[in-house]
Amino acid sequence: MVLLLVAGASGGAWAHAFLDHAAPPVGSTLGAAPAVVQMWFTQSLEPAFSGVEITDATGARVDDGNPQFNQTLMQVGLKKLPPGEYKVHWHVISVDTHATEGNFSFKVTGQ
Amino acid sequence: MNRPIKGLAALTAAALATLAAHEARAHGFAGDRFFPATILTDDPFVADEMSLVTLTQNPTAADGSKEADVGFDIAKRLTPDFDFTLSDQWKYIHQPGALPMVGFDALTTGVQYQLFVNAPHEAMALAGFQQTWAHTGRVQGAGAPDYTTLSPVLDWGKGMGDLPESLTWLRPFAVTGNFSYDFPLKTTSYTVNGPALHPNNFNAGIAIEYSLEYLQHHVRDVGLSAPFDRMVPLVEIAVSDPLNRGQDGQMTGTIQPGLIWAGQYYQIGAEAIIPINARTGHGYGGLVQFHLFLDDLFPNSIGRPLFGK
Repeated sequence: MVLLLVAGASGGAWAHAFLDHAAPPVGSTLGAAPAVVQMWFTQSLEPAFSGVEITDATGARVDDGNPQFNQTLMQVGLKKLPPGEYKVHWHVISVDTHATEGNFSFKVTGQ
Repeated sequence: MNRPIKGLAALTAAALATLAAHEARAHGFAGDRFFPATILTDDPFVADEMSLVTLTQNPTAADGSKEADVGFDIAKRLTPDFDFTLSDQWKYIHQPGALPMVGFDALTTGVQYQLFVNAPHEAMALAGFQQTWAHTGRVQGAGAPDYTTLSPVLDWGKGMGDLPESLTWLRPFAVTGNFSYDFPLKTTSYTVNGPALHPNNFNAGIAIEYSLEYLQHHVRDVGLSAPFDRMVPLVEIAVSDPLNRGQDGQMTGTIQPGLIWAGQYYQIGAEAIIPINARTGHGYGGLVQFHLFLDDLFPNSIGRPLFGK
């Protein structure tokens, strides 16, 4: 059991990726529109099989479609956002090939 | 394109193709929802996982005896949607006025098939078939059965992430549950205390969970950090209802409130055990469990299905 614990604790490049935190924060309400959405995950990502789509209330895509990666970070630029609610749908594959996905939203008030 | 670059491109393409071919669904996920491995009730998903160990101090039984158990179980996927399970436990039983008895309970094996996983609605279900084998434990003293029991099972789970925005604080809730029916292959055993009848039982369980991981990472960033952003408070309830052979309606069961912390490679759970009636026992007990996610610990060996992608 000790060996298994050690293997688990030291195997940082394994396992499915959870979202650790995001900017803007999950479920947040912002006065000014962000220019980029950043998401940090608990594992390193495989860029070729990971991505993100950000849509407005009508379902129209508002990100630039060109996510950037840096190990555990995935970020994507945004078009100029008017006030409204936006939904972030991410899907990632960690380097051990486990797939996970998730959604969260944020609001822009413009005030 | 010169030759080294061509070679590098070919290698990269091959690596990506291999990765795509081996993309694996992680254990216990349905869309945004991560279902932890519940302790009292069965999980609604096939997996490569192992509980090593579950330590249980049971409430005092109706006959006044006290029992402690050391349990073990493992699930191994044969294909991505089909797994094999095995479990057993070592028991320590102390009846009033008698010497303590120790021994293994009966070995239980099973097979399970994942019926569906619905990501948008965070729903999943599996069908299984369990066998508790006769004479695989200590029959005299430890109470292991001298008869085999066959039990078809149905396990299900549903996350509440698809609730409307107005109910946002309820979205971290999830419910899992199971139903099973016992068919003992022998109706009567003869013991020193006389004949013992073995009824058909209807078994049901439910686990109500509130995932702080889901709250923090899918609903609202409320500032939870480790270890709190991986905790799942829950209440599990399981009952067994005999249906015939003179024991109709003599239901037994427990209510088990507790907490599970689920990390990347293992989870730790603890629950109190409260009997639902005097027939089940009195007082309260407790358990702790250490549970390993083999698919994450050993993704390229014992943690992957034996067959299929």
